[in-house]
Amino acid sequence: MKQFLEGSQAVAHCIKAVKPGVISAYPITPQTHIVEELAQMVANGELDSQFINVESEHSAASVVLGGSATGVRVFTATSSQGLLLMAEVIFNIAGMRLPVVLTCANRAISAPINIWNDQQDSISLRDAGWIQFYAESNQDVVDLHLMAYRIAEDNDVMLPVMVCMDGFALTHAVEVVDIPAAEQVKKFLPDYKAPYKLDIDNPITLGFLADPGCYMECRYAVQKTLRETLDLIPKVQAEFNAVFGRSAGGLVEEYMVKDAENVIVAMGSVCGTIKDVVDELRSKGKKVGLLKVITYRPFPEQAIYEALKNTGRVAVLDKSISLGAYGPLYTDLKGAFFARKKAPKAISGFVAGLGGRDITRETIKDIFKKLSGKQVNAEFMDLKPELLEEKA
Amino acid sequence: MQGPIKSRPGSSKTNKTGSWRTDIKPKFLRKNCIACRLCVLVCPEACISGKEKNTFLPDYDFCKGCGLCAVVCPKKDIEMIKEKDKE
Amino acid sequence: MSVETGVERHLFNPGHTACAGCGQSMAARLVIEAAGSNTIIANNTGCLEVFTTRYPETAWGVPWIHSLFENCAAVASGIEAALKYLGKKEGTNIIAQAGDGGTADIGLQALSGMLERGHDILYVCYDNEAYMNTGIQRSGLTPFGSNTTTSPSAESAFGNPRPKKPMPEIANAHGIPYVATSTSAFPQDIQRKVKKALSIKGPKYIQIHVPCPLGWRHSPSLTIPVAKLAVDTGLYPVIEYENGKLAAVRKIAPLPVEEYLKVQGRFKHILNNPEEIKKVQAIADNNIEKYGLKQ
Repeated sequence: MKQFLEGSQAVAHCIKAVKPGVISAYPITPQTHIVEELAQMVANGELDSQFINVESEHSAASVVLGGSATGVRVFTATSSQGLLLMAEVIFNIAGMRLPVVLTCANRAISAPINIWNDQQDSISLRDAGWIQFYAESNQDVVDLHLMAYRIAEDNDVMLPVMVCMDGFALTHAVEVVDIPAAEQVKKFLPDYKAPYKLDIDNPITLGFLADPGCYMECRYAVQKTLRETLDLIPKVQAEFNAVFGRSAGGLVEEYMVKDAENVIVAMGSVCGTIKDVVDELRSKGKKVGLLKVITYRPFPEQAIYEALKNTGRVAVLDKSISLGAYGPLYTDLKGAFFARKKAPKAISGFVAGLGGRDITRETIKDIFKKLSGKQVNAEFMDLKPELLEEKA
Repeated sequence: MQGPIKSRPGSSKTNKTGSWRTDIKPKFLRKNCIACRLCVLVCPEACISGKEKNTFLPDYDFCKGCGLCAVVCPKKDIEMIKEKDKE
Repeated sequence: MSVETGVERHLFNPGHTACAGCGQSMAARLVIEAAGSNTIIANNTGCLEVFTTRYPETAWGVPWIHSLFENCAAVASGIEAALKYLGKKEGTNIIAQAGDGGTADIGLQALSGMLERGHDILYVCYDNEAYMNTGIQRSGLTPFGSNTTTSPSAESAFGNPRPKKPMPEIANAHGIPYVATSTSAFPQDIQRKVKKALSIKGPKYIQIHVPCPLGWRHSPSLTIPVAKLAVDTGLYPVIEYENGKLAAVRKIAPLPVEEYLKVQGRFKHILNNPEEIKKVQAIADNNIEKYGLKQ
C-alpha cells in the first residue's frame, strides 16, 4: 500500500511485514526513528517480536547474533560510531554464517564528531563478509530490505546483509513509499528455516576454535559464497519484480549509460541528484550518464565492466575515503578494467559530501566538467581553502 | 558453500589425551571403595566411571595423571603410581 | 539415553585439551552436569572455549556457542529472547559462562546489561584470577600481591598492587534474585548452587574459584587442597545472596594466610616480607568480619 512516510518509518513498516522474532538496538542518530517506530509497534501488539534494549551496539549485535543462532529471524539497525563499536561482532556474524539483517543509517565517523551523512561507516566494514546494499530512495530502502532477508536466509548463502541508507537524506526524508502487504511479502520471503541452530534436541557446537588446519577453508567458503551471490542477486531481483510488479535494486542500475561519453559512478541518495543533472545536461545535448552501484559487496565488477566498457570518461564519486589511499569505490572500480579488452579512456576519483557537506547540482556539474581535464585519484570537492589555513 | 560451521557433540573423544600423561597415573585399589563418587566428581577429564563399590576405574586413554582423584578419596583407595610400574 | 551405549549422553566429554589438574575444567563439567541436557551454553573466549572446541572436536554434549571475548551475556540474552519468541523458554536452561577477565573486565558491561534487563539466565564466572589463556596476565580479579606476567614482582613491585574487584557485590547490586560464590574445593557445593540458581527465574550470578596449576604454580594434584586453603584463610568467602540479602556463608576456623600463600609460586616473593603478608592478612580479616565467616 502506498503511504506517505519518513524513511525510518518505511523501514519499520517493512520490517513489521518481515516479522523478525528478535529485534535489538542501541540508539544513535540518525538511526533512532527506525527503532523507536519498531518499539512502538511491539508495544502496541502490532508486531510479535522480542525487542531487547541493550547497553551498547556491541551488545545489540551480540543479541541478534544469539537470536539468529537459535534459528530465529532477527533485525538490528545502527549508524556511524555504533557500527564501528559493533565491528568485532559484525565480522563474527559473517564468519559464523548467520543471516542477520542490519540497517545502517549512514553517518560520518568521528573525529571530529559529526552526526551528518556520508558513507564512511559502512564502507569501513566492507571487508567483513557481509553483503552490502546502498539505497537511492526510500522505495529502494524498503525493497532492498526484502531482498536482504530473502538472500541472507537462502540456505546456500547464510550470510548477513547490511542495507545502507543515507542518514537524514533518506532516514528523515518523507516520501510516498509502497509498503507491501504481508501476503505479498510471504510469497516472496518464506518463513526462515535455519539449517543449523542451538537446539537442545540436536546439540551442536557453534563458534569453535579453528586452527591453521581449517581456518582458511572457513574464510574461503565466505568468499566463494559472496562471489556466487553475484549470480543469485539478479535472479532474486527478477522474482521480486514478478511478485511486486516493480524493479527492486540488483547489482547496478544504468541511467543513460548506453551512449554516454561521460559517466559518474556513485552509491546511495546522491544518485537522485545526479539523475537530475544528467537529465538537465542531456536536454542540452550532452551525452552523460549515471551508473548507480547498488550491491557494493560482493563487488559486481563484471556488471560494471559491461556497463562502462564503451564509456569515454568515468568519474567515481565516493562519500568516504580510505585515508592515505583513495575512495574505496574508485579503487575497486579501476580494478574491474585492469588487463581487460576495453576500458574507459580515463577513470577519475572524487570525494564529496563528507560529514553532510551538500552535494549540489553544481558539484555534480563540476565533476562532469573536471572529467575533460587531467585524471585525478581523490579530488575533494567543495573544499573551503580558508579553513585549511587554520592553525593551532 | 558453508565450510566448517559446527562440531558434533562429544567428538573430543577422538583425542586421546592419555598420551600426555607424564610419569604418574592413578591406581584404583578397589578394596575400601564406598562408592562416594568423589573421584568421578572431581576428575577434570570426566574419564572416571563406575557404579557399585570397588568398580570405579579411570579411562587411561584420557587420564592426564593430575592425581585429584587420589587426593579426594576419603578411603585412600586410589594411589598414584609411577607410569612404568606394572599393577 | 544413547541408543547405542545405553548410557546417558555425556554433557562434557573427555579428550579436551585442558592442563592436568585444571580447576576450570573440573568446575565447568560440574556446572553442566548439574544443569542437565536441556541447557544451552554461551561461552566467552578464554581457556574453556579453547580447550573444549578445537575443530572438528568438541567436548560439549549440549548446544554450545562461542562468539567473542566479552559478549556471552549478550549472546545469551539473544538466545533467551529467541526461545521466548518460539515459546520454548520453559524447560530450557541458559548458561552464559566466562573466565574472570571475560567477566570482571572486558565482559562487565554486557554482563551488567544482562543482569539489569532481567533475563532468565545463569551467568557463571570461572575465577582463576588472571588471563591464563594468554599467558597469566593480571585481571580485575587477580588477588593482591599475586605475581603475574603483567604484575611482576621485582625491585620496586610486589606483584599485583590492587585487591580483587568485588564482582559478587557488583552483581548483587543489580537487584538480581541470586548471587553465590563457590569453589573447586567443594564439588557438591558447586552442583547444589547451580541447581538452586536454575530453579530461580531471572538473572543469576555464580562465581567459582578455580585454581590454575600453571598460573598459580602449584602441583596439579593440589588443585583441591589449594582451593580449600583459600576458603579456610578467609581469602575466598563462600557465600550466597538471595534477593539482595546475604543468606548463607560457609563458616571457617580461620588459618593464617601464609598457609595459602606458601603452596603457590605466584606468592613466593612475599613469603619473606612480613609487611606484604600483613596486607594480605588484612584482606582476609576484612572478609571474615564483613561476611561473619568465623565459626
